[in-house]
Amino acid sequence: MSTLTEAPPPLAPAPEKKPPRRRGRLTPYWLLLPGILWLLIFFALPMIYQASTSVQTGSLEEGYEVTWHFATYWNALSEYWPQFLRSVLYAGSATVLCLLLGYPLAYLIAFRAGRWRNLIMILVIAPFFTSFLIRTLAWKTILADGSPVVGALNTLHILDVTSWLGITAGDRVLATPLAVVCGLTYNFLPFMILPLYTSLERIDGRLHEAAGDLYAKPWTTFRKVTFPLSMPGVVSGTLLTFIPAAGDYVNADLLGSTDTRMIGNVIQSQFLRILDYPTAAALSFILMFAILIMVTLYIRKSGTEDLV
Amino acid sequence: MTTKDSSGDVRLSGISKTYGSFTAVHPLDLTVPQGSFFALLGASGCGKTTTLRMIAGLEEPTSGTVFLGDQDVTALPPYKRPVNTVFQSYALFPHLDIFENVAFGLRRRGVKSVKKQVEEMLDLVQLGEQARKKPHQLSGGQQQRVAVARALINHPKVLLLDEPLGALDLKLRRQMQLELKRIQTEVGITFVHVTHDQEEAMTMADTVAVMNAGRVEQLGAPDELYENPRTTFVANFLGTSNLIEAEVDTKAGDDIVLKAGGGKLTLPSERCSASTATGGKVLVGVRPEKISLVHADDAGEIPDGRNRITGTIADASFIGVSTQYVIDSPICPELAVYVQNVERDGRLTPGADVVLHWSPAHTFGLDAAQDIDAGTEEEAA
Repeated sequence: MSTLTEAPPPLAPAPEKKPPRRRGRLTPYWLLLPGILWLLIFFALPMIYQASTSVQTGSLEEGYEVTWHFATYWNALSEYWPQFLRSVLYAGSATVLCLLLGYPLAYLIAFRAGRWRNLIMILVIAPFFTSFLIRTLAWKTILADGSPVVGALNTLHILDVTSWLGITAGDRVLATPLAVVCGLTYNFLPFMILPLYTSLERIDGRLHEAAGDLYAKPWTTFRKVTFPLSMPGVVSGTLLTFIPAAGDYVNADLLGSTDTRMIGNVIQSQFLRILDYPTAAALSFILMFAILIMVTLYIRKSGTEDLV
Repeated sequence: MTTKDSSGDVRLSGISKTYGSFTAVHPLDLTVPQGSFFALLGASGCGKTTTLRMIAGLEEPTSGTVFLGDQDVTALPPYKRPVNTVFQSYALFPHLDIFENVAFGLRRRGVKSVKKQVEEMLDLVQLGEQARKKPHQLSGGQQQRVAVARALINHPKVLLLDEPLGALDLKLRRQMQLELKRIQTEVGITFVHVTHDQEEAMTMADTVAVMNAGRVEQLGAPDELYENPRTTFVANFLGTSNLIEAEVDTKAGDDIVLKAGGGKLTLPSERCSASTATGGKVLVGVRPEKISLVHADDAGEIPDGRNRITGTIADASFIGVSTQYVIDSPICPELAVYVQNVERDGRLTPGADVVLHWSPAHTFGLDAAQDIDAGTEEEAA
């Protein structure tokens, strides 16, 4: 970490009323320096490197060369659009499921848990103490053929419904879209719950009382007061879930099949197995821009700028 | 209050509230007549806010019944009660603009065209221009008026105000007191106002209930409470009182004669809330501004029939309209006397011997079994 040794000089106690000296004015920038260097080296440089890779042509043997070959983008998109679509679909479903599961839980923790609040919070975060990989592998066991869970779903004829919907196959759950979405939902649920909890917890309890006092029934109070005020949490929760889920490949890899490959899996295999670096880089950029556009539209639509 | 309509009466019958082993409100009976401005006054933690919240339905009483008019509303949730509250620190909806905050109650009751009503209400509280602003863009006083408008627009039978002026600075508070009083007179709705500020309660309310430790100590018109307090708490909490320990000596007609130190004090028996058996202990009370002060050399000029005490000036502070003296007397240490600065006697300086005298009609008698310091600032601190 040679970059960090260039840390700013220790901050002199700032004189309060005297006109600021030049050095004092520059202090904020000095303080920003480590962060900026960090971003430059570990974010901007790799981005530039990948951007240049995406417009290179050549082969591993002969070496790559920048030829401004933008066709790679078009080729990648036309070949892998189903995986893109699937990524958006799976990540979107997982986000919706996370919201449906996470909101009541966050609400409970924020308003009803009382002295259990800390315990439930720990339970929400506890899975993070285990590796992402281990947690996902655990789901492989849970959803394995003939496991009690799958058996129960089968007995209850739920699998008939899900198979009819095309998200499971026969009496199998593993290696189906349902398994992948379940894995994504499980792995990203805390990212939904924590921001939701934070914004719910900030709501002044007297606002609920005021709404009740002004003739709002409990459900109306929720719709007109609690939910609108929790929008910052809903927006950041859905973003924190959707963005990593859309690029995830571990869940699709461990719980899915070749029919459930997401764009993350394609990028991973292009980079590490097929070694087609330009295509892999182009796919990464397409994914990034697609997410950026979706997120921008989403934030515009939910109109939360003045709420945060 | 001339109408016989009683649909806006608030009647509390045997109402109480306990939290575990702590009793916030002891069983309480209270009637607030339609159209009156009623204040619940007390220090923090005396149960006044809990009482208010039980009327609003935000707190469930442990026992007892709440009536609005003839309707028993004890079991009704807040949204079904024809009562609205102005909350402490207002609880305005931060995501809605002023117009929508005020329209909230109307919309919840399914009123279709709210525009005219909301605009009229905003005009009443002089906020017509601010309709499209968000609450955080308004000053404290403006937010306070929004909170009042938001509650009043629903034409509640009773408006509950929970320390509504607590967050405002002194000047604005005085202004809003008059404003609220004006609005109350204009709309004629029953107001129940919770406050810890005795001046505020006395300025605004027709009837004040002084609460202490979960009980109503005394209830009455502000002047009646002030002139004739019945407990040491009321005597000390509302303004300042001099309380002198005395013993019943004789009864003379409608008056009681008491022994205090070497002297005698007279007290009309209807102004004594203590037992008047001979030899019984009584606390004799008198307000500092009722006392006249003369130099000991002029003691002969004091008319007959007045209560008198001799003492020495311990301290004198000049505060403009009046001078506040602290007098040490063998009968009672640290008597407070407020003298209007009309013609100041230059001899009345610390160390001077003086005679205090006042009309027996301004004297009140309290049960001596009480804590003599209840309700004073020293006790609260």
